[in-house]
Amino acid sequence: MNSFTFAQAPAIDAAVREKAGQPGSAYIGGGTNLVDLMKENVERPTHLIGLKKLGLDSITASADGGLRLGALATNADTAWHPEVEKRYPLLNQAILAGASPQLRNMATDGGNLMQRTRCYYFYDLATPCNKREPGSGCSAIGGYNRIHAILGASEACIATHPSDMCVALAALEATVRVSGPNGERTIAFEDFHRLPGDSPERDNTLEPGELITGLDLPAKGFEKNYSYLKLRDRTSYAFALVSVATALELDGGIITDARLALGGVAHKPWRDKTAEALLIGQPATADTFRTAAAQVLAGAKGQGTNNFKIELAKRAIVRALKQATEMNQVVDDNAFQNSNP
Amino acid sequence: MTLQTDYIGKPTSRIDGPAKVLGTAKYAAEFNVPNLLYGHVVSSPIAKGKITKINADPVLALPGVHQVFSHENVPSLAWLDRSYKDDVAPGGSPFRPLHKPEIRFSQQPVALVVADTFELARYAASILEIEYEEEAHETELTQHIDEAFEPGRGKTGYQPPKSRGNFGRGWEQGVAHVEANYSHHAQHHNPMEMFATTVEWLGDKKLNVYDKTQGAFNSQQYIMKIFGLSKDEARVISKYTGGGFGSGLRPQHQLFLAVLASLELQRSVRVSLTRQQMFSFGHRPETLQHVALATAEDGSLTGINHFAVAETSQFEDFTENVVGWSGTLYDCKNVKLGYRLSKLDVYTPLDMRAPGAASGSIALEIAMDEMAYAAGLDPLEFRIRNYSDFDQAQNLPYSSKNLRACYREGAAKFGWDQRTPEPGSMRDGNLLVGWGMGGGIWDAQKQPALAKVSLDADGHLTVSSGSNDIGTGTYTIMTQIAAESMGLPIEAVTFVLGDTELPEAPVQGGSWTAASVGTAVQEACAKLGEQLLKQAQKMDHPAFKDAKIDDVQFANGQMRLRSDLTQAVVLRDLVQASGEPKIEAQNSKLPGMVDMIKPPKYSMHAHNAVFVEVKVDPDLMTVHVTRVVNAVAAGRIINPKTARSQVLGSVVWGISSALMEESVMDHRFGRFMNHNYAEYHIPVNADIHNIDVIFVHEEDAEVNPLGIKGLGEVGLLGVAAAVANAIYHATGKRVRDLPVTIDKLL
Ligand SMILES: Cc1cc2nc3c(=O)[nH]c(=O)nc-3n(C[C@H](O)[C@H](O)[C@H](O)COP(=O)(O)OP(=O)(O)OC[C@H]3O[C@@H](n4cnc5c(N)ncnc54)[C@H](O)[C@@H]3O)c2cc1C
Ligand code: SF4
Repeated sequence: MNSFTFAQAPAIDAAVREKAGQPGSAYIGGGTNLVDLMKENVERPTHLIGLKKLGLDSITASADGGLRLGALATNADTAWHPEVEKRYPLLNQAILAGASPQLRNMATDGGNLMQRTRCYYFYDLATPCNKREPGSGCSAIGGYNRIHAILGASEACIATHPSDMCVALAALEATVRVSGPNGERTIAFEDFHRLPGDSPERDNTLEPGELITGLDLPAKGFEKNYSYLKLRDRTSYAFALVSVATALELDGGIITDARLALGGVAHKPWRDKTAEALLIGQPATADTFRTAAAQVLAGAKGQGTNNFKIELAKRAIVRALKQATEMNQVVDDNAFQNSNP
Repeated sequence: MTLQTDYIGKPTSRIDGPAKVLGTAKYAAEFNVPNLLYGHVVSSPIAKGKITKINADPVLALPGVHQVFSHENVPSLAWLDRSYKDDVAPGGSPFRPLHKPEIRFSQQPVALVVADTFELARYAASILEIEYEEEAHETELTQHIDEAFEPGRGKTGYQPPKSRGNFGRGWEQGVAHVEANYSHHAQHHNPMEMFATTVEWLGDKKLNVYDKTQGAFNSQQYIMKIFGLSKDEARVISKYTGGGFGSGLRPQHQLFLAVLASLELQRSVRVSLTRQQMFSFGHRPETLQHVALATAEDGSLTGINHFAVAETSQFEDFTENVVGWSGTLYDCKNVKLGYRLSKLDVYTPLDMRAPGAASGSIALEIAMDEMAYAAGLDPLEFRIRNYSDFDQAQNLPYSSKNLRACYREGAAKFGWDQRTPEPGSMRDGNLLVGWGMGGGIWDAQKQPALAKVSLDADGHLTVSSGSNDIGTGTYTIMTQIAAESMGLPIEAVTFVLGDTELPEAPVQGGSWTAASVGTAVQEACAKLGEQLLKQAQKMDHPAFKDAKIDDVQFANGQMRLRSDLTQAVVLRDLVQASGEPKIEAQNSKLPGMVDMIKPPKYSMHAHNAVFVEVKVDPDLMTVHVTRVVNAVAAGRIINPKTARSQVLGSVVWGISSALMEESVMDHRFGRFMNHNYAEYHIPVNADIHNIDVIFVHEEDAEVNPLGIKGLGEVGLLGVAAAVANAIYHATGKRVRDLPVTIDKLL
C-alpha cells in the first residue's frame, strides 16, 4: 500500500472537481473493495475522496412511482429498506446473498457497481493480467479459471463481474445516475458494465471523473414472482459460481412478462432479452424454462476449469424460474441455514 | 497417586476464555515494546531461478527506512545445516532465509525491509526493485510420479511402512475386489492468527522474543544455534497462540528475520506475515494414493494394498505416516504398503492436523466403503467383521481399544440401522439423502516433559511448564490435573506456560500435550506431596509421624490420613510452618526418557468412528452435511467440554477437506493462486449443522498414569471419507479426488 491523503468531499460538485483536479485520486465508498486492492498494490491512488458527506445515503420514492437509491446507501440499509423488501424483494434477496453482514454494513450501492473482478491473477502482481496492466497478457486463459466467464469473454480477458446486487438491478432495469465534469446524465443498467473486448482495463462506461450519485428503480418490482438463486463453493460468504435473477408476471399459468439475468458468468451482469422473449406468452413449465436456459447458454464457451458452469447455469436457470413460478419452494440453499434445531 | 474426580472428567470452561474474550490475552504481534521497528517481508514472484540484482537505494533513501536485508548483506551466520534444524525438521537441508540469491519456491522470502512504521515498511517493500533470472520449475506431482523415491527415516518418529504376508496371494484368495486411485490437493493450515514475531531488544544481544509458535523451546533452540545466542540471551515467550494446526511446529521465516534485524540494528523489531504470505511455507502435501482390497466369501479382508506418493521440496524430505494405518486398523494377514516422495520446486510440506492419517484415511476409508458394496455388506458390518483385536503391524496387543463401542454407540445415536443400502434410495422430499461412515486410528503418544509446582503460604499453587496452548485447552486441563492431584479448589491453582524460562516441554503437536505435560504435572504434584509430608513430619505432627506417601491423600486443601480422614493438616499451614515463602517441586525427565527407549509392550492408539448424513439437491448437486455423529475412544477424557470442542473442530475440518479445502496451484507459475481467505474456502457457520460427539468409555492403565490418549487429531479421521461415502450413497457418484466440489457431481 502506498501512502495517500484523504479528505471528505463536502458536496457533489466539489467531489467531481477534486477528482478532475487530482490525477491519481479515487472516490471511496465503504472501502471494502478499494482498500483490499490497495493492500495488494493493485490500486495505488495517491488521494482518496470520501463521499460520506454528500448526502447521498437516502432511499426515497421517485416521481414515476419507482424508488431512488442514493449511491452511498449501504447494501444493508438498501436490502432491509421496507420499500425494497415489499416492492423489490428480488433486490433484497440478491444483496443478502452477497458477502457477509459486516461487509454489507460498510459496502455502498455505488461501490457495489464499481467493485472489481475477483480474478485470482488480477489480485496477484506476480502474474500477468491485461485488466491490471494492459498488454501484459491474460493469465486466467489456460490457467485456473473456476470463477471466470463462460459468456461474452474475449481473448484479452475472461474475468467476471462479481456482484450479486447488480444481477438483480439488471433484471429490474435500474438506471444509474451519474455526475461528472460535463454535468449529470443517466445510464441504462445494461449499458453500465461492459464486455472486456480488447480493453479489459475498463469495467464500465463511466467517463473519467464521473461519480455515481444514485440508482433509479422503475415502478415495476415483480414482487409476486421472483427468485435469486446463487450457487457457490460454500453456503455463505463466497462469490457466485453462477447466480440467476429472475422475475415473472403470470396470468393463469402463462408468462406475460419475464426478466432473466445471470451473475458469475460474464464481465457484466448477463441479461438475455432473447431468452426473456422465449418465455413470454408461454406456459410456465419445465419445458419452457429449459428452452430459455438453452438460449442463454447457446453461445457459452468454457475455459477449462470452468466448463462445468455451462451445465450448472442451465440447471440454475430452470430451477430459478420454477421457484419464481411456484413461490412456495425452498428459495435457495440458504434454507439449510435454518434447519438447525 | 489415585485420582479422585473433583475436576478430572468434569466439563470445565476454558480458564483462558475471559482473557481471550476481553482482549487481554496478548499475541505475538501485540507486544508494543518501546522504540519498535517494523519489518515487512518481500516474497519472490517466481518459483525457481535467481536474484540478479537488488536496487535498495531508492528504498533506503525514504526517510524512516532503516535497512533492507537480503542475501547481499546478511552477516555470516551459523554454517552447518544442523544449526538450522529444529525439533520437527525432516531429513535434508533446511531452507535458510536470505542466504543465497537462488529462488527455490514461489513466495520465498527474498528481503526484509525495516522501517519506523508498519505502513512505511510495507510500502517500501512494495517498491523494492529486484531483478530475477527465471528457470523452468517443476511443481506438478502427477508429472513426477516416476521419479518418486522411498524416503529414509529422516524425521524423528517416522517409521517407513512395513508390509506383511503376501498381498498377491491374498488378492487371489479374494472373491470380491476393489482397486482405485485417490487424491487430494495441498492444503494450508491458515490459523486465524498470522505468523508474527516481536523481538524486544534488551541491550547487549539480550532478547525477549514474542513468537507465534507451537513450541517456545523449539524456537529458542533454532535462534540460539543460528545466531550464536545463549539461553539467557534468547528468551522466547508464547503465551497465546491463535490457532496452530501444525503450522507452528517449525519456526517460520518471520522468526529468523525479526531476530536477524534486531541483532543487526540493535533495536526491537516486529515482523508479521500477511495472509498471502501464510501460503509461503509448509502445507499438507498433495498426495496421490492407490488402494486395492480383496475379501473372502465371509467378508473378511484377504489383502490390503495401499500405496502413496506425496510431494516434498527439493531440499528436505518431509515424511508422514500416510499408509501405515492401513496395516493396523483392520485385521488382515496380507498387507502391502508403499510410500514415496517426489521432489518439486515448492516449500517443504509440514505436519497439518492428523498428518498422514488424515490423508491415508481418505483413501482407505473410501476404499472400505467401495469394498463393502462390492462384497454386498453394510459398511459398518463390514468393518466389524474385520475388527482388529491385536496390532498385527507392531505385533503387540492393544493397551486398550474400544472402537467396538464407537461403532455401537455411534451407530445407535445416528440411527444407522434405518439405512437402506441402495444409492439414491433415501429421500427427504425432493432431496437425496446419503448416509456414510468412516473412522480411523491415531497414536497415543507421550514425550518427556518437565513441570514445576510451587505452593505458597496462602495455599495458592502455581504450576508451570514451557508448553503451549494453541487453543486446545492446555491451560484448563493442566489446572484441573493439578487441582485434582493436590486436592485444591481449582481457583487456588494457576498454570503458566509458553516461556523458555519455565521447565522444558516439547512442541505442542501429535496430540501428546495432555499426556506428556499432564503426566509431568502429575509427577511434580506427587513430589510436592512427598515434600509436604516431610514438612508435616518435621513439625512432629503425630498423625503423620510414620506415614508413607501412600498413606495420605490430598483433598479439601488438606493432607489427610487415608486410614483416618479426621487426621488432617491444612496445606497452607505446612508452608507457613516451613519458614519458606513456598514449597516447590519439579518432576524429572528421566522416567519419560526411559519410557521412550524401552521396547513397547503394547500398541497404544486412539480410535474413532464417524457417521455422516448428507442431503444433495438432485438437479443442482449442492451438498449439505446435515448430521454427523463422531464417536471417539481416546482413554480418559480430562475435560469433556474442551475435548468436545476439539472433536467438533475436527469434524468441521473433515467437512472442509471433503467439500472445499484446496490450495490451488497454477503450475505455469508454480504458485498457489487462491492465497487468501476469500478464495481458500473453509466452512462458514451456514455449512455446519448438527454434530454429536460421543466419548466411549475406555480405561487404559498402560498409556500413562492418567490414562490419557490425546484427542486433538483423532476426531478428524475418516470424516472426509464418510462425507464422500455419504455422497455416493445419496447420488451413486463415487468421487475419489477431494474436495468433492459441485463440478465433480454434475
Ligand atoms: C471477502 C469479501 C466477500 C465478498 N462477497 C461478495 C459477494 O458474495 N457478492 C457481492 O456482490 N459482493 C461481495 N463482496 C464485494 C462487496 O459487495 C463490495 O466490496 C462492495 O459492494 C463495494 O462497495 P464499497 O462501498 O465498499 O466500495 P469501495 O471499496 O469504497 O469502492 C469500490 C470502487 O468503487 C469506486 N466508487 C465507490 N463509490 C463510488 C461512486 N459513488 N461513484 C463512482 N465510483 C465509486 C471506488 O473508487 C472503487 O474503485 C465481497 C467483498 C469481500 C471483501
Ligand atoms: S481474466 Fe481478466 S482480470 Fe483475469 S488475468 Fe485475465 S485479463 Fe486479468
